[in-house]
Amino acid sequence: MSKVKVKKQSTFIDMTAMSDVTVLLLTFFMLTATFLPKEPVQVITPASVSETKIPEANVMTILIDPKGRVFLNLNDPEHKEEVLKNIGKDYNLNFTKKQMDSFYNLTSIGVPIKSLVGSDGKPGFLDLTMIQQDEILKNSPGVPTDTILSANNQLAVWVKAARNVNENLQLAIKADQGTPYLTVKNVFSTLQDLKENRYSLVTTLRGMPEGY
Amino acid sequence: MAEVNTGGGEEKKGKPKKISLRVDFTPMVDMNMLLITFFMFCTTLSKPQTMDIVLPTKNIEGLKEEDQSLAPESKSITLILGEENKVYYYFGKPKFDDYTSLKETDYSPNGLRTMLAERNEKIVKEMTQLRIDRAKKKISEEVFKEKSEEIKKDESAQIVIIKPTDAATYKNLVDALDEMAICSVSRYAVVDMADADNYLVENLKTKGALSTQAPAPKN
Repeated sequence: MSKVKVKKQSTFIDMTAMSDVTVLLLTFFMLTATFLPKEPVQVITPASVSETKIPEANVMTILIDPKGRVFLNLNDPEHKEEVLKNIGKDYNLNFTKKQMDSFYNLTSIGVPIKSLVGSDGKPGFLDLTMIQQDEILKNSPGVPTDTILSANNQLAVWVKAARNVNENLQLAIKADQGTPYLTVKNVFSTLQDLKENRYSLVTTLRGMPEGY
Repeated sequence: MAEVNTGGGEEKKGKPKKISLRVDFTPMVDMNMLLITFFMFCTTLSKPQTMDIVLPTKNIEGLKEEDQSLAPESKSITLILGEENKVYYYFGKPKFDDYTSLKETDYSPNGLRTMLAERNEKIVKEMTQLRIDRAKKKISEEVFKEKSEEIKKDESAQIVIIKPTDAATYKNLVDALDEMAICSVSRYAVVDMADADNYLVENLKTKGALSTQAPAPKN
């Protein structure tokens, strides 16, 4: 009597190759990923059916929160330092190399220009660490805006400075859906005074309704 | 899981232990897949959509009132975005003595959209057909763009004037602009409220009592 030997088949699949592939893909996605810029206020944008995407660079995003505070996000790495230099000239401020670097890494502009640099031994906004800056931005009143075009309307100052340096700059407006129109109108009006008439309103996507 | 066998209970003397060096990569692959999914979603979904609008330039010098093109009465609709998600609208020129000429509606599909779609019926129908064709890949993206521009030039095309009041929210404005996109209205403008518009709204709220008391403002 000979025993019929059943061949033992291993169910063990070699996953090494699979793992190689996934790691490769993972590296690719990690390197190409662009993360959302950190924003000092959480903004829920309204929905629209528009499918146009926001461009990757050369955008200045004007962030408006429900209370009417305005923050700026200048996504234009090439010209960022030049913008700050021009602003410094207008306001008689001199920025050190360290402050320039700090501004380069700053995602949101949201304090009065004067407080960017310290005075009387007090450290300016750009001298602080990133964590401290975030903390200040959260409680700051934002970029000073005025209904009329004056030296106090620093939104206009920033937009003008950024426009002078880069002609192809696009303006995007990101406002919370609960923002009163009055606040948005003030921003519109400031921009209209600067002869900036074309904006992109940042929205979230919603589907086209049935039957249209 | 990992196949690093160390023998087990019954060790046989004299024989060297067989150590398999095969490591099970399945959990590693699982984790990688999860991470990949995360990064894929982050990169594609993080890009927000935008809606482009163009506002008129303020006080152009040398532009007289008669130079400004006026919207033909029969085709114009004026929307007044009011408080608490209300929309008021009238067709053509405002009628100050008749408060019922101003109608009230809302942003729901049965409100503003139905009204606009009715007024813009021909274009909406053609555009819907065109979008279906595009979805079925019958026509290319370029052809779609060309044709939609052609359709929107139609004689029956409506002109919408959007006047947000200070009591309206930003969402109201975007919703109104969105209805323009849905109802294929290509000609619209966002304009500030005038005294006459405030008068109209007040007149509707008081059911015509205002028009018997105070005369209508000029502009």
